[in-house]
Amino acid sequence: MAMTTETAVLETGKRTLLATAMAGQAGPVSLLLLALVVIWYAGAVWMNAPWAIDRFEKQKIDWSAGDLLRATMVQKRPILPAPHQVLVEMNKTILQKKITSKRSLIYHSWVTLSSTLLGFAIGGILGILLAVGIVHNRTLEKSLMPWVISSQTIPILAIAPMVIVVLGAIGLRGLVPKAIISTYLCFFPVTIGMVKGLRSPGVLEMDLMRTFNASPWQTFWMLRWPASLPFLFTSLKVAIAISLVGAIVGELPTGAQAGLGARLLAGSYYGQTIQIWSALMTAAVLAALLVVLIGVIERVVLKRMGMKR
Amino acid sequence: MTGRWDRFGLAALAFALLALALPLAGGENPLAWTGRPAGLAVLLAVGGVGALVAWKGVPGTAAALAVLATVFLGALMAMKLMDGGVAGNASWGFWSYIFALWALTWRGIARIAAYRSMVNERQQMANFFVPAFFGLWLLFLWQMVCLGFGVPGVLLPPPSAIFIKLIGSLDILWEDFVQTFMKAVISGYVIGCGAGFVVAILVDRVPFLKRGLLPLGNMVSALPIVGVAPIMVMWFGFDWQSKAAVVVIMTFFPMLVNTVTGLSAAGALELDLMRSYGSGYWQSLFKLRLQAAMPFIFNALKINSTLALIGAIVAEFFGTPTVGMGFRISTEVGRMNVDMVWAEIFVAALAGSTFYGVTAMMERAVTFWHPSYRTKR
Amino acid sequence: MADAQERIASTAGLESSRRHVVDIEGLKLTFQTADGPVFALTDINLKVDEGDFVSFIGPSGCGKTTLLRVIADLEQPTEGSIMVNGVSPHEARMARSYGYIFQAPALYPWRTIERNVTLPLEVIGMAKAERLERARRYLKLVNLAGFEKKYPWQLSGGMQQRASIARALCVDPELLLMDEPFGALDEIVRDHLNEQLLQLWRQTEKTVVFVTHSIPEAVFLSTRIIVMSPRPGRIIDIIDCGFPPDRTLDIRETPEFQEVAHRVREGLRAGHGDDD
Repeated sequence: MAMTTETAVLETGKRTLLATAMAGQAGPVSLLLLALVVIWYAGAVWMNAPWAIDRFEKQKIDWSAGDLLRATMVQKRPILPAPHQVLVEMNKTILQKKITSKRSLIYHSWVTLSSTLLGFAIGGILGILLAVGIVHNRTLEKSLMPWVISSQTIPILAIAPMVIVVLGAIGLRGLVPKAIISTYLCFFPVTIGMVKGLRSPGVLEMDLMRTFNASPWQTFWMLRWPASLPFLFTSLKVAIAISLVGAIVGELPTGAQAGLGARLLAGSYYGQTIQIWSALMTAAVLAALLVVLIGVIERVVLKRMGMKR
Repeated sequence: MTGRWDRFGLAALAFALLALALPLAGGENPLAWTGRPAGLAVLLAVGGVGALVAWKGVPGTAAALAVLATVFLGALMAMKLMDGGVAGNASWGFWSYIFALWALTWRGIARIAAYRSMVNERQQMANFFVPAFFGLWLLFLWQMVCLGFGVPGVLLPPPSAIFIKLIGSLDILWEDFVQTFMKAVISGYVIGCGAGFVVAILVDRVPFLKRGLLPLGNMVSALPIVGVAPIMVMWFGFDWQSKAAVVVIMTFFPMLVNTVTGLSAAGALELDLMRSYGSGYWQSLFKLRLQAAMPFIFNALKINSTLALIGAIVAEFFGTPTVGMGFRISTEVGRMNVDMVWAEIFVAALAGSTFYGVTAMMERAVTFWHPSYRTKR
Repeated sequence: MADAQERIASTAGLESSRRHVVDIEGLKLTFQTADGPVFALTDINLKVDEGDFVSFIGPSGCGKTTLLRVIADLEQPTEGSIMVNGVSPHEARMARSYGYIFQAPALYPWRTIERNVTLPLEVIGMAKAERLERARRYLKLVNLAGFEKKYPWQLSGGMQQRASIARALCVDPELLLMDEPFGALDEIVRDHLNEQLLQLWRQTEKTVVFVTHSIPEAVFLSTRIIVMSPRPGRIIDIIDCGFPPDRTLDIRETPEFQEVAHRVREGLRAGHGDDD
């Protein structure tokens, strides 16, 4: 093969371009995501094939490999829907439906998101207040902190159905009970993170405030609080993710009519795999967006404070 | 101390005096303190201790223990009064008495929380005693609120009812435990953690994969993975295998991410040392890098011990054979048998914290050299 | 030490006998630990006169930092009496009559240099305009003019420590307490800062108590050197050494300087057991 110098130059140029693209994180991540999609397709073909073959044989149709491949991609209730089927469903339920429609995933996402955010806000504030109390009161620390830590080892989510049903029995339904579960889940990571953060100033920094004869209040606002903010954001990221999980699980036990959890449950009742997967993907996107949002706020706040270099 | 008088002692005294002036129970069966002489005696004793604390403070640990012993006695009497006609229509006299006990409790544990000993064992005992007494007190408060206000059992059963239910249905609870924990959690945990570890070792040799997997793995940990439960139930059926599958997926990523991070925890100096000995990849992996990674690996094992139980229980909400902790919780909630739900939650909490505790103990044994475990001697 | 006497006479001004800024008598400090009591300080008697530059020198564990912390009311003595500025250390701290400079700059990374310097003024509750004016003045004094809006981590270690000196000076305290302020810096930067500190001391006429473990640093900076020794922490020698106020680092080559340094070294050796 004769290769002109021009194409050779182009080739090396490409190769270095490829190398730089793969040196960072973006390259490998997107390549891995691509591999994931390929595996997903292969899995879809493999898992849906038996049913398709069965159909072919029952209808006594001769089939080729191509026919089979096509048949595995278009089933109504596949064992594993192909990625594009999920995307089509998501397009249908997110972009094509009116937001107010009961079949719109935006509507369901909003139902879940609102209780996620409410629970997150209350849980976050509660967690911070508790941490402030623990840092400033030795008795509170000694009596409460061991319980806060050991409560992390308990499968708290198991309480979710009871909270929903019991609150339902006294007339509390809809947003608030779910938000209470989210609150409960959020508040422990925030407390633990903030106790760590408020304690993060070293002996030197604390002594410095003493030499200024600063009041506890001044020490809190000028030293402890700003020093704890990086810890706060780290735990807020954990908290918002777990808050979403809480809201979704909170929608399971009562057969709630709306919300991503309700979509999951309905899908599993009626074997609507495509619906389950699209709800799941939407939940994943939502979680990612929420965490990224906190990350952006973190970056902005810390940058304005001069903590991010 | 802000003033000459101990504030909590004063509060205890004031509430005890207030209690004396108010009726013990109201409603349909009104009852005065004079109707329960034994109760009156204990109330006076609580008030007396309050006065003593207000006057003298709580000078030492022994005094604090004496105060708490009074509280204990007072709590026993409160439970006796509950049985003796107060339940369901407790009045302000009774609650005032509880407030007096609360003031004494807080003052007592505050004294012990401030306890400092050079002897390690004593300090540990104090460190254990404070949260333990605090927890017991909260249980007592829960019991009193439930009985005193006559809270219906379907809303919030008192701890005593939960305990009775727990003892009465040990066989069912054990079956559920075996189904959910022994079968689903353990197998899923072992497979998930094992797979995460092996993949991490494989990935470690390819820097390209490592760079891609770390951010992906971190992202996955923020996703609501429990949502795959209905899919797994469809794929693997109603029995424990589907729950184990959920547990595998939930535990895989934390293990992967932590092991990969841990494998790069060994310092450049230590690595150069191994290189200077001419050691190969596997030698430096086993002799150095895996050791350095142990704190990270155990971190994942601890996180996963909680995640695994959550995964298995939540997966059971999507369908199970008629046994299992998640199944029991969702069906008994439906039947409004809330005491059974609480018993099941208690078992779950016990299982979760034991699982975590065992993992933490293993961690201590393996990574005793880590700064967080070093003792002075 | 005729030069020193001259200098003292000139700075003393109208007062015939100078005030003791720090007055310690029979001070003891014992820490209780699991292994029994540790005698951090025993039988400390010390007077620091107004305008003095006093250095504590000694090996680690001799209690020099502890003594400084006692003066600053960061530790409580077990026995003996101590007066700072004529009152107890606690009252002195309440009146903010000293500035403390730590081993590390301890600048808050979320504050600009300027706002780090104004931190104690904010605690006092001074008006903003005056705060900024003072910050500018003292940053200029430590040669950091133009760095007001920078963050601490954008500055070198020596510059950070200078900022922390400005922070200590800005409340205009009578007394400066310095705990090995240049210990973490390399020798070249340290020499440079020593010269600057000397100049600063001459300009501001503050009383300085300075902790160090460097003999040349102590001899170069001080009017008096307190030699300390560990187990138990005590004072074993007090050496007067006032070199001319306008001295430069070159003085370290002179025989007089060598002689004082030798005496300090001898003192340290004598107080030292043969256990390490």
